[in-house]
Amino acid sequence: MDLIAVARIAVRALARNKMRSSLTMLGIIIGVGAVIAMVGVGQGAQQQVQQQIAAMGSNILFVGSGTVTRGGTHMGWGATKTLIYADMLAILRECPAVKAAAPGSNTSTQVVYGNDNWAARINGTEPQYFDIRNWPFREGTSFTQQDVEMAANVAVIGESVRKNLFAATDPLGQTIRIKSLPFKVVGVLAQKGTSAAMGDDQDDVVLVPITTLQKKITGQDWLRWIMVSASSRQASYAAQEQIKSLLRDRHRIRVGQDDDFMVRNLADMADLADQAGSVMTMLLASIASVSLIVGGIGIMNIMLVSVTERTREIGIRMAIGATERNVQSQFLTEAVVLSLIGGAIGIVFGMGASYLITNTLGWVVLGPVHTIAGPR
Amino acid sequence: MVTMSQSEIAVTIRQSMEASIRVLDVHKYYDLGETRVHALRGITMDIVGGEFLAIMGASGSGKSTFMNILGCLDKPSSGTYFLDGIDVSGLSKDELAAIRNRKIGFVFQGFDLLSRTTALENVELPTLYAQVSKEEGEERAREALDLVGLGDRSTHFPSQLSGGQQQRVAIARALVNKPSILLADEPTGNLDSRTSVEIMEILGRLNDAGLTIVLVTHEHDISQFAKRTIQFRDGRVRRDELVVNRQTASEVLKSLPVEED
Ligand SMILES: Nc1ncnc2c1ncn2[C@@H]1O[C@H](COP(=O)(O)OP(=O)(O)O)[C@@H](O)[C@H]1O
Ligand SMILES: [Mg+2]
Repeated sequence: MDLIAVARIAVRALARNKMRSSLTMLGIIIGVGAVIAMVGVGQGAQQQVQQQIAAMGSNILFVGSGTVTRGGTHMGWGATKTLIYADMLAILRECPAVKAAAPGSNTSTQVVYGNDNWAARINGTEPQYFDIRNWPFREGTSFTQQDVEMAANVAVIGESVRKNLFAATDPLGQTIRIKSLPFKVVGVLAQKGTSAAMGDDQDDVVLVPITTLQKKITGQDWLRWIMVSASSRQASYAAQEQIKSLLRDRHRIRVGQDDDFMVRNLADMADLADQAGSVMTMLLASIASVSLIVGGIGIMNIMLVSVTERTREIGIRMAIGATERNVQSQFLTEAVVLSLIGGAIGIVFGMGASYLITNTLGWVVLGPVHTIAGPR
Repeated sequence: MVTMSQSEIAVTIRQSMEASIRVLDVHKYYDLGETRVHALRGITMDIVGGEFLAIMGASGSGKSTFMNILGCLDKPSSGTYFLDGIDVSGLSKDELAAIRNRKIGFVFQGFDLLSRTTALENVELPTLYAQVSKEEGEERAREALDLVGLGDRSTHFPSQLSGGQQQRVAIARALVNKPSILLADEPTGNLDSRTSVEIMEILGRLNDAGLTIVLVTHEHDISQFAKRTIQFRDGRVRRDELVVNRQTASEVLKSLPVEED
């Protein structure tokens, strides 16, 4: 008997008992759906993390003043005061893989406009920071290098600060007060969104010239970080090594001693996030596979039960001339057809589910990204 | 011819045609643990082509067992069964399946149609196992349904048909692959008397057309529509006789009052 005839018999038998057929399929639908959805979510999260990393700016390295362990006590990030403006100039001068660099320091304080006030992060930096971070302006422009030289009282505000202080007015040209000093708003940044995983709002920031921050607000003359961009993604690895050895040299760190700074490479981060993402995807997929196996066992089980249940049907078929092989291939084909249809429906469901999860939750679960989401 | 008696005619027929079924000293027993049930204790008989035979006998006398052997659903414990001159015991399972599919049509007491399956699809079923194209299978199934007068019920499910109609579908199914022998095990056992006669009328017509029919019944009236009756008792043939003053079912049907449905 040819395959078409077997398929015809099997499909008719399935159609005859739609309830049993669909219940049998349910296991496979759920199993396949779960695998597809989980892999989809995992890959979606991975992709989203990669996008966020890319949105950080291209080929970025982040140099932070280091963690230091003193007398057995871990002093935490930014505890050293050895990273200075001259280090940045040296990096620009002596590391060929480096294209641009911006210094930075920061504090948190109240920002006042009229009767409103808002607690925000105040970052001091230089104009190239916006290029390095690939951060466009919603309106206005950056403060200038001249503003930096003159330690001018000018500020660029993030979208969240604008929303909270300038709901009704145009902020450009307005004066805000930081530590009772007046600052003229010259630019508003486009929205960057919440940074991956940490959930901290990158737009809740006021940027002022580094000199202004150091001299007029914090009174500190060291840097907490330097934002560096390499000439290419490939070059970022070289830049990392160049910066490391340069700074060790400049800070007179002897062989065997720990760095008093740290260099984080965005390319490294991306690789790390990729790896973590793959592990998570594998994990999700293997958990989902269990339900696929359960679904398969379900089909097996129901086919077995239905063979005993359907002895009358088998008897009739044999009496009118079906061979044992005919009946076997019928049941086998029924199982295959159920699996195929169930699998196809499962794929559709799974894709739908992963689409929903990734989009409605905006789900990112990967950890390392927050480290480079921006200095606080 | 006119002066010939029924039995003389039958003898003539039997001599002129080669026996299509020859059963020689067939025994059948079932071993149930320590006890052995002897269902058939040496059956020998010839059934020639075109015959219309009714097998009678008390319940448990081995009629169904014998029919199952004739229908190649079961094998004798000893003895030989020649079907069209071939010793069936030498055939493989698949060859037996092919015989059940093409040479023999089987009708059961309980109709045994597939539920939730239309009359047409039920009748088509044997063609699915007979290397027949879908179109030809459907064509043949329609013809067979027409033959039993159910051409207009092809899309009905068994649950939507009366017992008599279901049995007619079963007969159509048995006929769809154009067998030369029709075996019917108490086909009227579950039917009222008028419907029984209707079924016998169909069988009579088929026999007139040349089909060999072996039928089991325990109703004397029904057996009288056949041409020959055989009485079973405790697994043996007790009596073998021709039917005298045979009435055709179609005549009897005319005399029966028509019931309204
Ligand atoms: N599969 C079987 N196993 C055991 N005994 C059986 C089986 N089939 C029939 N018998 C026995 O064989 C005898 C004949 O049965 P059967 O041919 O069905 O009789 P009938 O059809 O004339 O009523 C009975 O005693 C019955 O119990
Ligand atoms: Mg019986």
